[in-house]
Parts: sequence; C-alpha cells; structure tokens
Amino acid sequence: MSVRELSSADLVERAIDGDRRAIGRTLTLVERGGEIADQITELTHPAAKGSHVVGITGAPGAGKSTLTGQLIRHLPTLGLRPAVLAVDPSSPLTGGAILGDRVRMDDVAGDGGFIRSVATRGHAGGLALSVPGSVRAFDACGFDPVLIETVGVGQVEVDVAGAADTTVVVVNPGWGDAVQANKAGLLEVADVFVINKADRDGANDTRRDLELMLDLSHVSGHEDETGYRPPIIMTTATAGDGVQALWDAVTAHRTHLEATGQLEHRRAARFRYEVRSRLGTRFEASIIAATADLEPDGRSPAAVAVELAGHLLA
Amino acid sequence: MSEQPRWREHYDATHLRDVPFETMSGVPVDPVHGDEPLPGQYPFTRGLHAAGYRSRLWTMRMFAGFGTAEDTNARFKEILRNGGTGLSTAFDMPTLMGYDSDSPWALGEVGRAGVAVDTLRDMEDLYADIDLSSVSTSMTINGPAAAVLAMYIAVGEKSGVARADLAGTIQNDILKEYQAQKEYIYPPRPSMRIVTDMIHYTSAEMPKWHPVSISGYHIREAGSTAAQELAFTLANGFAYVEAALAGGQDVDQFGRRLSFFFNAHSDFFEEIGKYRAARRIWARWMKGRYGATDERAMMCRFHTQTAGVSLTAQQPENNIARVAIQALSAALGGTQSLHTDSFDEALALPTEKAARIALRTQQIVAHETGVTNVVDPLGGAPYVEWMTDEMERQAEVIFAHLDELGNGSILEGVYAGIDNGYFVGEIADSAYRFEREVNAGRRIIVGVNDFVEGNEDDQTNLLRIDSTTEELQRKRLETVKHERDSVAVEAALASLRRAAEDASVNLMPPLIDAVKTYATEEEISNAMRDVFGTYVEQAIV
Amino acid sequence: MSAEPVIRIVLAKLGLDGHDRGIKVVARILRDAGMEVIYLGLRQTTASIIAAAEEEDADAIGLSMHNAGHLALAPAMLAALDEADLDIPLIIGGIVPDQDVPILEAAGVAAILGPGAPAEEVVAAVRNAVSA
Repeated sequence: MSVRELSSADLVERAIDGDRRAIGRTLTLVERGGEIADQITELTHPAAKGSHVVGITGAPGAGKSTLTGQLIRHLPTLGLRPAVLAVDPSSPLTGGAILGDRVRMDDVAGDGGFIRSVATRGHAGGLALSVPGSVRAFDACGFDPVLIETVGVGQVEVDVAGAADTTVVVVNPGWGDAVQANKAGLLEVADVFVINKADRDGANDTRRDLELMLDLSHVSGHEDETGYRPPIIMTTATAGDGVQALWDAVTAHRTHLEATGQLEHRRAARFRYEVRSRLGTRFEASIIAATADLEPDGRSPAAVAVELAGHLLA
Repeated sequence: MSEQPRWREHYDATHLRDVPFETMSGVPVDPVHGDEPLPGQYPFTRGLHAAGYRSRLWTMRMFAGFGTAEDTNARFKEILRNGGTGLSTAFDMPTLMGYDSDSPWALGEVGRAGVAVDTLRDMEDLYADIDLSSVSTSMTINGPAAAVLAMYIAVGEKSGVARADLAGTIQNDILKEYQAQKEYIYPPRPSMRIVTDMIHYTSAEMPKWHPVSISGYHIREAGSTAAQELAFTLANGFAYVEAALAGGQDVDQFGRRLSFFFNAHSDFFEEIGKYRAARRIWARWMKGRYGATDERAMMCRFHTQTAGVSLTAQQPENNIARVAIQALSAALGGTQSLHTDSFDEALALPTEKAARIALRTQQIVAHETGVTNVVDPLGGAPYVEWMTDEMERQAEVIFAHLDELGNGSILEGVYAGIDNGYFVGEIADSAYRFEREVNAGRRIIVGVNDFVEGNEDDQTNLLRIDSTTEELQRKRLETVKHERDSVAVEAALASLRRAAEDASVNLMPPLIDAVKTYATEEEISNAMRDVFGTYVEQAIV
Repeated sequence: MSAEPVIRIVLAKLGLDGHDRGIKVVARILRDAGMEVIYLGLRQTTASIIAAAEEEDADAIGLSMHNAGHLALAPAMLAALDEADLDIPLIIGGIVPDQDVPILEAAGVAAILGPGAPAEEVVAAVRNAVSA
C-alpha cells in the first residue's frame, strides 16, 4: 500500500518505525500545514525525545551545503543518525522553488541519514513555517542531530536561531566577511563560527577580525551573561578538513547549555516561537478576511485597527 | 606613417596558392581593401597573416572517433589515404571522465560518442602503422588530458618518434568544464596545476604541440551570448597565461603555443564581429598586460565549429543551409580551421553521407564563393566595424568584473567566478532568455516555431550504435590487466601520487612512466583523485 | 496560496552525459509554474534518484537525455522504480527520435518532451502525469 493512502496515525507509526517513504510523506503533510499537520504534531509530540537541533547559516557561496554534506557523512561513523532540512527560498512571484542543496550533500541515502529539501513557501525572507514541525517529526523518528541548513539573508538567521539549539555561522576568508557577519547581526546569534575554505588566503586575517569583534562583545558584557565565547573553527569542507573539530564545538556548546540550564531556556524559547508562528498563521486568515473590503471612511488607520482588533479578539 | 609598405613586404614574401585570384567572371581582385591596421599587423583585427587564405586555406578538420581503437585506426588510415594530414580524435564519455570501460559508469557508453581508451594498448592500436612524425593529431579531451597525452608520447617513443617531432593539439581547457561542458574530475586549482605542468612540459620538449585549445564553443552551446562566449573564453586564456607566468614560464615561449576554439552560430555579422574582436583583444592584452614581445604570442589563432545547438530535429535538411551560412561567417572571420556539423546531428551521430555533405559545404565556400580571394573582405564595412567594437566593449565589461572579483588578477577572478556560480549563472540566464523568446514567438526558428510545414516528413535514416563494442572493449581491458606487471603498476601509481602531492614536480614524467606500465586511465585518474579530491558542482539553475 | 497541493518533482540526468542546458531551462519553467523542483543535476544513478524521490516524497521524476541513451536509460529507470515498488510517473525530456516515442510510452514512460518544447507543454505534461 502506498504511504499516501495511510491514515495519519498509521503513517506516523510507520515513520517512527523507520520507513523512509513514510517519513518523507509525513514531512510533506507537515509542510502543507492545516488540520492534518496539526494531527501530525499531536502524533509526533509524545515521541519527540529532544534531538539536538543545529542551525547552519551564512552567506550564499560560503560552502554550507558542502559542509553539511561532510557532517552527515561523518556523523554516522560516530554512531549518530543525522537528518537535514535544507531550506531554500520560494519565488515570491510564482510560489515555486528550485531546491538544489542536495547536489553537494549526495551519497548519504540509505546510510541512516536523511536529507529533505524545504522551500520557504511564502514566508518571505524567513524560515519555512513548517520547520519546527519537521524538526519534531525527525526527532520522533529517532534522528539526532537535526541540521537546518539555510542561506543567511534577511530574517533567516534570526529565525534559525529561534528554531535551533546551536547556531553555526559559516563565513569565508576575505576582508568583507567578518564585517558583514557583524553587520547582519550574526555575531549575536552565532554559537559557533566556521571559517570555511580555510585553505585560501586571508583565512587567518578573517579569524583575527572575528576574534576582535568577539573581544568587543566581551567588553560589552555579552559574554559574561552567557559564560560562553563562540569558538572559531577552520574548515576546508571540500577536503573534509575540520569537520570533527566543528562537531566537537557543537557538542561542547550543547554540554554548556545543559550544564548552565540554558538548554531548557532555549527549548522554552523554541516552544514560544512555534506557538507564536502558529498563532500568526491562524490569525492571518482572519486578518485578511477582516480587511479585504475595507474602504477609507475618514477615520485614521490607527482607529480602524483598534476597532477591528477588538472584534477579532472578542 | 603608413603600414602599407610593411604589409606589402610581408605579402610578397608569402608563398601563395596556385589559383587565379579573380572573380568567377575573370575580374582580378586585390588581396586587401581598406584601412589599417592591415591583416598580419598588430592588433590583427583583420587577420593573423598578410595574405590570409591566399596562402593557405583553413584546415578542413573533421572530427572522427567511434567504437574500438581498431575501428578508428581504419578511419584514420582512410583519411590519410585520401590526402589528409590531420587526425582528429573524439573519445567516448567514460574516457572523457576518467573511467574505464568496465566501470559501472561506462554502461551503455563504451565506444559510442568516440573511441574507448583504457590503457596504452588502446593508444597503440589507435595509431598503429601511422607515422606520427608526419601527421598532426588533435585530441578532444580535458579532465584526463595529461594521462592521454602521456600515452600519445609513449606511443611515439615506442615507434621511434621523438617527442620534439610530435605535432598536434590537445583541448585540455579545464576552466570551461566548470563553466559549461562539465567534463571535470578534480577541483579547479589542482586542475590548473595539471594544465600549467603540461604547458611547461610541451614548451620545453614538444615545440610542435599546442597544449591548450581555449574553448568558447561549449560555453556558447550551453546558452551564452556571443559576447559572453568571447569574454569567458579570452578570460580563461588570460587565466592560463597568469598561471603559467606565476610558474616562471616565458610568455613569448608558451604564448605561441596557445590556440582557441570558437562557435559559429547563426547571427552572421555578430559572429564575424566576435572573431575580429577576439584577435584584437588577445593581441592588446598579451602585449599590454602580459608583456609579450613576440608577435606570434599575441596571435589569437582559432578553430571553429558550427553551432550544434542550432541544428533542428524538425526538417533536418534545413540544417545544411544553416551550416553553410555559419561556415561562411567563420571564413569571413578568418578562422584557421573549421569543422562543419552534419545535418542529422540533432538526432544522432552523423551518417557517412551527412558527414560528406558537411565537408563539401566547406569546400564550396572555399572554392566556389570567391571569399578567399580577399583578406578580411568585410573589413571597413560600417556595420562590421561597429559590431567588432561592440563585441569588444561588452567583453571588456566582463573582464573588468572578473578583474575586480579577483582583486586585480583575472586568474583569481575566474576561480572566484567558478566558485560563486557567476559563469554558470550568466549562461543559464542567457539560455533561459533565449528559450522564452522562442517560446513567445519573438525569435523565429524555422521549422520549430514557424514554417513548420514539412515537419511530418519521415525522419532520415539514423545511425544506431550497437553494443558489441562494449563487450569487445571489456575483454581487451581484462586481457591487458591480466598480462601486465601489477607490481610495476602499483609502484608507478604510488610515484604519481607522491608527485601530485608536491606542487614543484611536473606531472608529465611520472604520468608517462605510469602509462607505460599499462596502468588504466581510471587507475591513474583515481591516484590523482586521492590527492586532489573530486569536484562537485553547485546547483545553479 | 493555491488550493492545489504544491507539486514536487525530482529533476536529474543519468549517466555521464553533461549537457544540462535543457534540464536547467525546464527547472525554471516548472518553478515559474509554482512547482518545487528538487534539482539533482548531473551524473545521478537510479539509486540516488530513487533515494531522493523517497526522502522528498516527490510526485514525479523528470530525466533529461541527450546522448542517444534514452533506449537504455529510460527502461533502466523504470526497472529501478519497479523494483523499489515506487509508483510515481517518469517524464523524459531531450532528444528522442519520433520512432522511439511509442517504445518508451509502451515501456511505461508517462510523457516525452522534445528539445525546445514550449513551457505550456512542459507544465501540462507534468501536471497531467501527476494527476493521472
């Protein structure tokens, strides 16, 4: 029987059992949202054990896909079972997307690891709404860690930080990259920095720049609050260099979170983030309906909004 | 100061063909018209030689290669019997990608797109009973080019022909693989090391050999515009020059050995402007930026092939007209050698008859049209000069971008452009734009989106390749592997790996040693994959 | 967003053939029609394509063929899908001589698109194959 003909309960059961097609179908239903996705949430929530969620972000061309590919090739040798959500933007005009991250992550199929390509589907400039639900599904199916790989432009890196336990920011050697990282607010969200293509000229300069910026944030007191300074890992993803060091840094961060009680703190933040975005989706429909035929009536937009809010929340 | 006397001196010293330089009606014509610079004079816009085709026609070089080495050897001998002196070799896909005929990747591919070469044994059979000192061989191969050249050298040695007497070309233009043809093996930087090693080696040991044929053909086939073809190709050329210079080589010495390969597409005047701009740009840059002093190192000599992508499956006989017009543009553009496509190539490999018509097309242009009587006959025509300038202008914009990307180095700019998807992105954009124009009917392709009456006609007889070649080749390979000294093979591969790890060692000598042990092409490529890694492209659509 | 569920299609090339101009144009066409294209690109195997189709819960697979390999490669893909018991439509695009079209259709290929097939035809072929 095709997995498309199964009930949600049977589907999730098969997925948790390890059936790759069932896992794939489950993720599709999560991505579609709506009632069935909520059912999936209910079914997977109890089985989710709390896999380590790692966000991998950075500018286009930094080598994130290659690096992620190396990780999912390497982690099974440590006895782990990784899953990847590779997120790419949907076209705001047509709603379609070209999802090409798998190309550089190949050959993992059947080795226990799982790669899923995700389009942002209308959630312009940010992470797909379905990501927390997909993470939960992977978690329930026994995948740990779950890697979320995205391009860090616009809102995305903030969203990734909201969805992940550990956020890895990937930059390349070059005078601009460290500066760009700072400007984009990546310094605040990064738990681990990676300088990929570390075999290129300027790698050490970029590292010095980043260390300097981290020093400054230490001066501003940020580090004292968390007791944690993001390490800078040098990698050459195409050669597989630095991959174990990266994973060591990620697990060290996880340990730090557990030891300081911050893991629960972050998990709670992730919970709030997910509830918030679900509420947003629910209300968005009502908001659109309420404002569809609005015409100016002399009152200010502020006054109109206040009145409508009263109706919607009543 | 007029350059006319210098041009006249050069012209008078040139041996001309023994034909009347008259129109069909008997009107004698001057070899050149119009202004300076004249043909054969820097920056060579109007041609590389003062007498143009009056002294020598372009080489009518037709691609061949199929089946086993024996099949192709027979075809070579036929060409030589018919008076040809140029042997042009096509290889099958597994050979092009560094795989042997018994690799799972080779299934269904052995001997189809060209000849299968697994070991030196195949090369020996390919050129059996051919005096390599009296022919010029062209080998169209890129990723594994060094190994294949090593095999050719070994064949020469075994038959008593010194390296210095081997004449020919190997395509070996790895940069365009990342941009267009996708027949790469290793990542860009180690691949460049291989290419510069080959340039260095041939400069010193093989003065009759062209180690790189810097190609725009494939870039254009992948969907680029004419200006992109021009600019990406020349930029790749500049990159090779910079790499060779960085390795301490002499620009005048290796510069003479570089040649190019362009597409001849359908917009007649755009192509002619492109060829003329290519010569002008290359000369200026080689002299001005890279310090060449020998004029031969400033010359953009090129081979041209008519655009495969312009051939339609609908009403295929129309392709004969397309190819004729494209060939004419290449002749008016001053190409040094030309391959014309066969009319049935949109569907399958050409039949013998179709291949003959393609050759006859060149012969008609050369002998019946009179365009070869005058050098750069369109020079001075306002549109042609404008088009030449425009192609150059657009190319310079691209060079400026690459220069910036590379912080003052075109080589670094090209690496960066490969890395960040610039080339493949531009090409994909141009391809998509073209497709949309055709789709919308704004650009007419006869037989495809207009003038479709005649499409229902039966398709011509197509060439079908059978699968017995694959079986035969696998058996041959098995035999070679059985008979060779595997200890010697392992030792040679280990040496090769060590050489690969040391950037100061030229790879050609250890490669020649390795091929002589009958190590297979895949074994050799794998030894280098171990050290250099393999290249996986990004999905830039 | 539209009421129809988004179509997800895997696009790939089997074997060594490196001509990807056509498959890239098709990828854009399908994206512009609102589909999600899982672009695997060059040098895929039947195994890697099936693994992707499973993980991505793809609604269809599109293969692009140029080097006269269609008579070997298309049946190989169909056989692999059969063996994996994966019942999703296979669409072939590229250079397929007229006389071979009925052969491929009889073997189970859902649709065959010639080189330069107009966008409307490409989109319709995928939509029809998926809803069939």
